[in-house]
Amino acid sequence: MLVLTRKRNESIMIGDSVEVSIIEVKGDQVKLGIKAPRDIKVHRKEVYLAIQKENIDASKSSIERIEDIKGFFGKKENASEHPPRKKKHTE
Amino acid sequence: MKIKTKPYGEVEVDEQQRIRFSEGIIGFEGIQNYFLLDSREGPFYWLQSEEYPELAFLVIDPRIFRKDYELEVKKSDLDALDLKSKDDLLDFAIVTVPEDHSKISANLMGPILINKRTKTAKQVISNNDSYGVKHYILEEMKKKKAVLRETG
Repeated sequence: MLVLTRKRNESIMIGDSVEVSIIEVKGDQVKLGIKAPRDIKVHRKEVYLAIQKENIDASKSSIERIEDIKGFFGKKENASEHPPRKKKHTE
Repeated sequence: MKIKTKPYGEVEVDEQQRIRFSEGIIGFEGIQNYFLLDSREGPFYWLQSEEYPELAFLVIDPRIFRKDYELEVKKSDLDALDLKSKDDLLDFAIVTVPEDHSKISANLMGPILINKRTKTAKQVISNNDSYGVKHYILEEMKKKKAVLRETG
């Protein structure tokens, strides 16, 4: 990893199109300004990692579990939004 | 055509249901082709990978459990999908169903945007910091009911 020391109002260039500036340093917080073309994604790393983890968990939602949700969820929806459906007479 | 799906085994799908994520879904970057299927389990849809039958994501329109939900994303994300009109936009939250079913949750931090016209899609990051990766759907719905009771 390249390590550079910068002061407030100084910046670094990454390639020809990305500029990262030090806007403010306060205690253990550093405020950065980032100039980058629109096609370059800039995110806080923890946000990206949180979404990645959640997607992996979501992909493990198994079908048996979702079958169970069916009645559970359907009931809730009906109770809050719609008049209850007439029960089919089965006996 | 027929594809193998995680929830329903082999099902008949239409080419019209094919959705392409050119950058993949976060954490699943290499996988681009999905089919959007109606779910048989309530107000959900499935994003089923075409190549990997065992990979599918349950998705929901967040407005179903949160009336006040507003999609807040960067304009550059909309531009990336060539979304010129709101009518072309379809947006979902990915749902996680854990062991404890009552903890079914939706991810509002990383919404899925679909351009209905071009059938292209992208997972983006919400601009709204109050949206997290786990919004418990049943709890949110209870909250909604409580509010209705108070005002009604």
